[in-house]
Amino acid sequence: MTVGIVMLVHTALGRAEQVARHWSAAGCPVVIHVDKVVPRKTYNAFVAALSDLSEVRFCGRYRCEWGTWGIVEATQSASEMMLAHYPSVRHVYLASGSCLPLRPVQELIDYLDERPNTDFIESATTSEVPWTVGGLDEERFTLRFPVSWKRHRHLFDFFVNIQRKLGMSRKMPNGILPHMGSQWWCLSRRTLSAILQDPERPTYDRFFSQVWIPDESYFQTLTRQYSENIESRSLTLSKFDFQGKPHIFYDDHLQLLRRSDCFVARKIWPYADRLYEAFLTDAAGAMKRTEPNPGKIDRIFSKAVERRTRGRSGLYMQSRFPNEDWENGVTAAPYSMFQGFSELFENFEPWLAAATGARVHGHIFAKDRVHYADGQTAINGALSDSPVLRDYNAKAFLTNLIWNTRGERQCFQFGPDDNQEINWRIAKDPNAQVSVITGAWAVPLFRSNLDFAAIRAIAARLQKIESEHMDVLRSPYTKARVRIWTMAEFIEAPMEPLQGILDEIGRTKLRRLSEAPKMVDLSGFGQFLQNLKNQGMHPYLMGDFPVERGVENMPKTQRKPYLVQ
Amino acid sequence: MRKRRELKRVVNRTDQIRADDLLLFCTQRNERIRLPYFLDYYRKMGIGHFFFVDNDSDDGSLAYLADQPDVSLWHTTASYKRSRFGVDWLNWLQIKYAHGHWALTVDPDEFLVYPFCDTRPLRALTDWLDASSIKSFSAMILDMYPKGRLDEQPYQAGQDPMDIACWFDSGNYTISRNHRFTNLWIQGGPRARVFFADEPEKAPALNKVPLVKWDKRYAYVSSTHMLLPRGLNQVYDEWGGEKASGVLLHAKFLDTFGAKAKEELERGQHYAGSVEYKAYAERLKDDPQLWCKWSERYINWRQLEILGLMSKGNWA
Repeated sequence: MTVGIVMLVHTALGRAEQVARHWSAAGCPVVIHVDKVVPRKTYNAFVAALSDLSEVRFCGRYRCEWGTWGIVEATQSASEMMLAHYPSVRHVYLASGSCLPLRPVQELIDYLDERPNTDFIESATTSEVPWTVGGLDEERFTLRFPVSWKRHRHLFDFFVNIQRKLGMSRKMPNGILPHMGSQWWCLSRRTLSAILQDPERPTYDRFFSQVWIPDESYFQTLTRQYSENIESRSLTLSKFDFQGKPHIFYDDHLQLLRRSDCFVARKIWPYADRLYEAFLTDAAGAMKRTEPNPGKIDRIFSKAVERRTRGRSGLYMQSRFPNEDWENGVTAAPYSMFQGFSELFENFEPWLAAATGARVHGHIFAKDRVHYADGQTAINGALSDSPVLRDYNAKAFLTNLIWNTRGERQCFQFGPDDNQEINWRIAKDPNAQVSVITGAWAVPLFRSNLDFAAIRAIAARLQKIESEHMDVLRSPYTKARVRIWTMAEFIEAPMEPLQGILDEIGRTKLRRLSEAPKMVDLSGFGQFLQNLKNQGMHPYLMGDFPVERGVENMPKTQRKPYLVQ
Repeated sequence: MRKRRELKRVVNRTDQIRADDLLLFCTQRNERIRLPYFLDYYRKMGIGHFFFVDNDSDDGSLAYLADQPDVSLWHTTASYKRSRFGVDWLNWLQIKYAHGHWALTVDPDEFLVYPFCDTRPLRALTDWLDASSIKSFSAMILDMYPKGRLDEQPYQAGQDPMDIACWFDSGNYTISRNHRFTNLWIQGGPRARVFFADEPEKAPALNKVPLVKWDKRYAYVSSTHMLLPRGLNQVYDEWGGEKASGVLLHAKFLDTFGAKAKEELERGQHYAGSVEYKAYAERLKDDPQLWCKWSERYINWRQLEILGLMSKGNWA
């Protein structure tokens, strides 16, 4: 008993010839169907080239346009010829001209000998297959498809829509249940002949000739009528991408294919010389006798689809430039933005770096320059510290920074005196952890040596900017993890929020916060704010600061009682 | 169309072209020293026929190209600038000869790198693009530069320029959309960082679409940065996914650059009043270092893919 090969061929006839010879040399009869579009001359040359092999035959030719009935007709005609001429054939294997046997043919024969009544055909009900492309699953069967999708796409859509509108629908003949699956099967003589010789076949043929992509449903459905033993999988390794077209194998897939343990793979690029050489002529390269397992290849191709459909989060480049809110992640990794902390604490940046191991930058959106950690003039990716380059596209600067440093947590300082252009970008970024002590920008002013009139003007400006920024951070569109304290609130009990921030960054070296950063001396700050008020500028973002308060340096020191004025 | 009268045929070997040949289109001026490696690089990649427009060279490159068996050659003394930087000349040749072919349009200092280019010839890519119904392929310019002074290591004819200029900037590119032509406008890299740090809006465009399944209705608009019809510029995904793309390694910054910049400045034949060359000349006086501590050393396409400068898309 042996296996017969039905080969559907339309291009790369040289390769098809090579493969046909390979099957034939192993004792498998081959029936070849050549697509009718192949010119007569080319066809004759192809037939002549194989004329030395008595066990290779050619069947009547049909036009095999993608997704049309012709492919099924071709398969039927070739299968009938196979069954009629080769009584020793017990299984028929449907292959294409770009299929390549990976394991010695004898292993396939042995494998099928051990499973004489099994039909290998992927066959699943329409509701259970996720791979349909183009939105047609059940409608493949219930609508009619008189025109080619490839050539007349608009007309095709027109017919689909009009049938939907008119509520047109067809019934399955004899109440059969539609099934779908890979076009490439291996059926036993018993099942295949039952399908081909069924007295009801004209009914089925008439029905399926108007089904969309019948080559993926005709045998898949009818096998269910006759087979006693269906193994619903294809022996042919064939991977499809997100558009429903098969992935192609190249020379560099050689090792992958060797380890795939599959009998046959498609599609092979016709110029993949090494693959054809390795699998058709190198008997020593035969693989171990193991159950087929395409899992290793699966991963590579599903990753390719993932890359094409979702891409790498936080990457903006020549072939990935997502529309706003369609980014699948605005930035590449979580990061933290601190506002008011380095104003309130003298050594906040080194303290945070020591406590978390993260890279802690200064004000990277400052007007004078980008204040990278350790005073560097550039950073990963050759990202410059020039404020002009940064402000030319501040959003790209941020996404570049996070992309370039992925693998290392980034923290940076921000304030109302910095470039505010990225506020919305950060607010809408789920990767952003934003901690703000409002009003802390007043501390450097309080400690500065400027004229009070100048201070008043600056304070009014900064307060306005920060207030607008807080509106952004509190908006319903904000996706960032935002925490906002007034300065008064924060200095009341700074340890708790600091611990929370460290926990969130998650890489704390210390289990409990033992060393707190050093708060600047705030004695006189309340009076400073009162002076601003007296000048008609009301600083409200700090919260309520009593005039006499703010002397305590650290919360551990004894708290003075509030003075109520 | 009138631009074709500016072109004088030197050698026409286009009758050798087979129906499925991959074609390369290039304008050049005094690039004799670069040509041997350039031709070698693209022959190995699988280019079947080269089209050159020589813009009035006087360094022997015309004779050299005329001798190559797979080159068709035209000559012009007309203005590079008024031909919209060569594209008018090439568009005419493309309309005439490239219809139905994959056409690669590059400069003599641009070297295409695409996914799997170390194991798969260019035809593997174009076959895949055909099968995927994709008509144009993006490859942004990646400026390559040496470590140290530009003139420190003299370039020899036939040498791989990336032996010398093997460094690049990996992560300082900015992108915006050009709504008129729907293409992306990419800037950045060492030229923006060193020459245009004070006026980044003037930094050169790095987006390119050099590989196109040509149709006689197509045309490059400005250099190979954008095409018409506009759909050909849709080489990027807008919904988060990545389309397949490559990189043009740009080996401009070799020891030959100083002389070239001087010559180009005198001719004034480049974009926007040669602002680029003015900036270069300005900075070259101070002997600038393009290299910095964060420069990346080029290894292969996989490195560029990991860095996010190009993508395999769904080609696996």
